[in-house]
Amino acid sequence: MNIKSRTVLLVSLALASTGTAMADDDSYFLQQWKGTPKSYLSKADDKKYLNECGACHFAYQPGLLPAASWEQVMANLSDHFGENAELPAAEVKSIRNYLLNNAAGRVSARLPEKMLQGSNAKTTVIRITETPYFKRKHDEIPLRVVKNNPKIGSFSRCDACHTRAADASFDEHEVNIPGYGRWED
Amino acid sequence: MKTHLIALTLLALTPAISMAGNVVDERLQTYQNEGAKTFDGTAGKTMWTKEFAQADGSKPRACSSCHTSDIRQPGKHIKTGKPIEAMSPAINPERLTDAAKIEKWFGRNCKWTMGRECSAQEKGDFLSFMMSQ
Repeated sequence: MNIKSRTVLLVSLALASTGTAMADDDSYFLQQWKGTPKSYLSKADDKKYLNECGACHFAYQPGLLPAASWEQVMANLSDHFGENAELPAAEVKSIRNYLLNNAAGRVSARLPEKMLQGSNAKTTVIRITETPYFKRKHDEIPLRVVKNNPKIGSFSRCDACHTRAADASFDEHEVNIPGYGRWED
Repeated sequence: MKTHLIALTLLALTPAISMAGNVVDERLQTYQNEGAKTFDGTAGKTMWTKEFAQADGSKPRACSSCHTSDIRQPGKHIKTGKPIEAMSPAINPERLTDAAKIEKWFGRNCKWTMGRECSAQEKGDFLSFMMSQ
């Protein structure tokens, strides 16, 4: 290999790694360049899921957790994060199918792919708030602002601060924290 | 004037109560077909605040732990902190208007609180208590 071809190889390697780094975050231009842009996250649109699960808590989009996590959640509804959330078998089956078919790793969308980053094949995380990506995106927020904020109380209430969470949009610019207002890092 | 106000309030409340009433009547009939005797709202009230020891060693639980002993007041889930709207149909007209929902929550909450399903008699007593508040 002569010097010239070695340089070309190095430059293309450098470009390739930049491309990967860019894809992690603002991949818009990269996506444009590659072809059809991937969607960010699909809305939760199953009627049973919205009615049954959404009656008690924010209807988390299925793409926010991998299939193994949803499977575990749906298999343990009698102890659902400390509450009994049992449903008739037919409802469990239908909601489970919806969640599994649209889980992270089974759909092609940007946020679900990020949610899988750093996930460990040996342990199944069932709380969205315990996924590495979620933690990394919220680690700068002091306790008093969310967890000890009497108007919120828990990170599990996405829509308390993400004003368009129900539309599957978690853009930082849309954040409005009760008692604190806009939040940008 | 005062009587007018009372009459108006009663009028406003009547549809809600009768809506819950129809569904509850149908439930009570079903429970009796399942072998329950006459229902007793006072027994339901006593049972509402009765504490049950928990097999996993957590604090004893009663219906009132989350719903409070005054069902005209909103409650709060002792474990998750989830706000719970008032159970009384007189205060909250949506309560007890859907048979499937009534059974779903009896199923969940009897197990969570008492560690077992409620009998038809107990369910009827609870509903009678709630209708009286």
